[in-house]
Amino acid sequence: MLTNEPQITPELIAAHGLKPDEYERILKLIGRVPTFTELGIFSAMWNEHCSYKSSRIHLRGLPTKAPWVIQGPGENAGVIDIGDGQAVVFKMESHNHPSYIEPYQGATTGVGGILRDVFTMGARPIACLNALSFGAPEHPKTRHLVSGVVAGVGGYGNSFGVPTVGGQVRFHTRYDGNILVNAMAVGLADADKIFYAAASGVNMPIVYLGSKTGRDGIHGASMASAEFDDDSAEKRPTVQVGAPFAEKLLLEACLEIMAADCVIAIQDMGAAGLTCSAVEMGAKGDLGVDLDLDAVPTREIGMSAYEMMLSESQERMLMVLKPEKEKEAEAIFRKWGLDFAVVGYTTPSKRFRVKHGGDIMADLPIKELGDEAPVYDRPHVAQPARPVIAAREVVPPVGVAQALAKLIATPELCSKRWVWEQYDHVILGNTVQRPGGDAAVVRVQDGPKGLALTVDVTPRYCEADPVEGGKQAVAEAWRNITAVGGRPLAITDNLNFGNPERPEIMGQFVGCLKGISEACRALDFPVVSGNVSLYNETNGRGILPTPSIGGVGVLDDFTKSATLAFKAADEAILLIGDTQGWLGQSVYLRDICGREEGAPPPVDLAAEKRNGDVVRGMIHAGTATAAHDLSDGGLLVAVAEMAMVSGIGAQLLAAPAAIVPHAFWFGEDQARYIVTVPAGEAGLVLAKMKGAGVPCMRIGTTGGGAIAIAGENPVSVASLKSDFEAWLPAYMAGSA
Amino acid sequence: MKSAVLVFPGINRERDMARALKLASGNEAAMVWHAETSLPDGTDLVVVPGGFSYGDYLRCGAIAARAPVMDAVRDFAAKGGLVLGVCNGFQILCEAGLLPGVLMRNAGLKFVCKEVHLRVERSNTPFTRGYNAGQVIRVPVAHGEGNYEADEKTLERLEGEGRVLYRYCSPDGTVDEQANINGAAHSIAGIINERGNVLGMMPHPENHVEDIMGCTDGRGLFAGLAAHLDRAA
Repeated sequence: MLTNEPQITPELIAAHGLKPDEYERILKLIGRVPTFTELGIFSAMWNEHCSYKSSRIHLRGLPTKAPWVIQGPGENAGVIDIGDGQAVVFKMESHNHPSYIEPYQGATTGVGGILRDVFTMGARPIACLNALSFGAPEHPKTRHLVSGVVAGVGGYGNSFGVPTVGGQVRFHTRYDGNILVNAMAVGLADADKIFYAAASGVNMPIVYLGSKTGRDGIHGASMASAEFDDDSAEKRPTVQVGAPFAEKLLLEACLEIMAADCVIAIQDMGAAGLTCSAVEMGAKGDLGVDLDLDAVPTREIGMSAYEMMLSESQERMLMVLKPEKEKEAEAIFRKWGLDFAVVGYTTPSKRFRVKHGGDIMADLPIKELGDEAPVYDRPHVAQPARPVIAAREVVPPVGVAQALAKLIATPELCSKRWVWEQYDHVILGNTVQRPGGDAAVVRVQDGPKGLALTVDVTPRYCEADPVEGGKQAVAEAWRNITAVGGRPLAITDNLNFGNPERPEIMGQFVGCLKGISEACRALDFPVVSGNVSLYNETNGRGILPTPSIGGVGVLDDFTKSATLAFKAADEAILLIGDTQGWLGQSVYLRDICGREEGAPPPVDLAAEKRNGDVVRGMIHAGTATAAHDLSDGGLLVAVAEMAMVSGIGAQLLAAPAAIVPHAFWFGEDQARYIVTVPAGEAGLVLAKMKGAGVPCMRIGTTGGGAIAIAGENPVSVASLKSDFEAWLPAYMAGSA
Repeated sequence: MKSAVLVFPGINRERDMARALKLASGNEAAMVWHAETSLPDGTDLVVVPGGFSYGDYLRCGAIAARAPVMDAVRDFAAKGGLVLGVCNGFQILCEAGLLPGVLMRNAGLKFVCKEVHLRVERSNTPFTRGYNAGQVIRVPVAHGEGNYEADEKTLERLEGEGRVLYRYCSPDGTVDEQANINGAAHSIAGIINERGNVLGMMPHPENHVEDIMGCTDGRGLFAGLAAHLDRAA
């Protein structure tokens, strides 16, 4: 064996995040003590982040198929058919741990990684979204993290040249020590020109492309597979550094060599870099891989095989090229100023062999590296159901009008303009609906087709009832796409949870997945890609369970999309969907009454489908002049949002006698929308709804400069808007 | 109108620009790679689009300004050819010595993407003839370094010679510090060179040329250029 490598000791094994029984598994698999490089390779392949060892058995239950699904989970990104030979390629991925340690670089490399996943498949990225969860505003690190993450998300996307069109930003004390940065990228490709990772053919050249390899990000994936403690800041060197300029070049070069028909297989170097990408290409193609590390372009001298195999330097790709096209491909890469090196060959051996300086540093069975990774059915317990809170027992501390004014200025519901104005959301000239609406709408090429894009989850619901919370996350994504007139097609899920070795956390995971599965099935909204991020926990305190759902829908004609702005005065405001006044886990109960309690609103998936289909139909028929989904904050907050963006107020009828007013206005019952219709058509619409069995009531009329509920003090739209816009900038300036 | 859009590594609004030019003129723009040493025959408008040429890693526009194609652009401008630089293009033209001054980091220290209002100061130039003097137009900005600065003497000359064509303003046309989104000297959003044939501006008129973008105020600039060049031709 090699004499200049460290001895394999129990301490070294533990430092690689491998449990003693996992190490035993390695010994059994290869029949000898691994080399240091091999130990590194195993730790990279078998950590939670890459192997999905705690989540895999549960992920199998997700619905992933539909006639329009071209590629489900398992590739770099999911692919769906949107007709006319066009395909949409998309995925969401987390970069949570690195972003907490080094917010700017953590966020940039999160965005860079997901963009790479999309263009690796042959798609040109056309939009980005993100979901950001930060700690409580009063936590001393929050401002710094918000500022760094937002600058980082923008810094990468703006320079790369893709519009960031939507997302979520939330604050909650449970993210104090573990923020979440979930980035989603959406690309457009020809349906018959999708590129995959599986290599084919023996003795094909494996080519390394892109930036040089450095010592950054070594053990990044392992770091992301452990919980944090007080010394987590010392993990800073495991965070990679992003270079959007290099990625932009890589994008153009990759698309150019794909168009020139040079590529057999392609895999980006993301988590666990060269190791993961090479193993994946070989294993998926039933082939072995020989790598010669002497050929790898490096930016530092004296890098060991171990370091090269584990580096997570960004903006790198691995490809199998058609041998006769090698020269042509090289010329394209040289034109873009990128490194191009043949670093190995496919072999018939099904071994993964790594040579460096003439020595064999690793020689492992390639299929088993992935397939034989441990799979755990970790113990999980469901938590007891939380009590349903009766609305009549909630004593309103302030009046309805006052509560509205207060809610609109809370960190949860306030305008996130401060964030999205740092993202270029207009580049490419196709952004039809910008951030701030229900779903973003992006024109596809020159139209008339459009895409509706959204990211949703309500973590407090998931915490209180994982199954209902999981359902609600999917239902809300579906609803947001519907509210702009889109036909929901598929989702990507980014599952963020705490330490899976704790049965109650595993219980949340299993529960949320159950809910997600049920909703996806009922709404015909399959999962085509995703990512799992576990161990989001510091000193034993986990985050709120946060399964972010990225939804994609299509509009046959983007000019027939709806926006939430009131369009004119004197239009009828209709509420579609059943209102019971559900206050449990509502923003009202938490931020007005100071109670974060109760069971979350149940999700009736049949009602979701029925109500959503009706609303979409009204939008397409041109009956609905405005549409908005009801979510956080309930009915009155939704009305206020429609008013603030248009400057047109609303006169509202008093709450029905059967429901206490604060529950009617602020309850968070699901499957609901507000639409406006010309006053003259309201009667007909109401009659039709009644005939179709869809709950629908007129709640008022647009007009005036205030939100005026019969019997309550009117609240001026202008003052609401100024409060709505004020909180976040003031907070970031240190004055709120 | 026969336009040439320069493409440097890291430029990312070249497609937006080409689309706007085509919309205004009906002609496809030629995309010209930075390593070229000449412009396509018959070029009558050179456009340096927005983006992050060379990642803006050294100083925005500094490396692109020294690219081979820029010598051809300097010759073209010296002969009176029309040159339009937008955003990173403005920065490149300043670095290339075709326009005076420099674009510094925004006063707010953050990248800013939002719609702004611009007051068109003159209409008797090829770059503004599609508008009326004093007209207020709405276009987006998307930049981190758009804070125009120059020495006092240069600013005096720019103002004295009527070379400030676009200024940040409020919706009603008031020029004040509140509307000055990046802290630019004299609220400058766009200037021309001494000869009047080179314009640099930070905002993106090319992103407000179609109804789907919510506003078409940017069309005037391209339509004006097309009208000017077609008359000349």
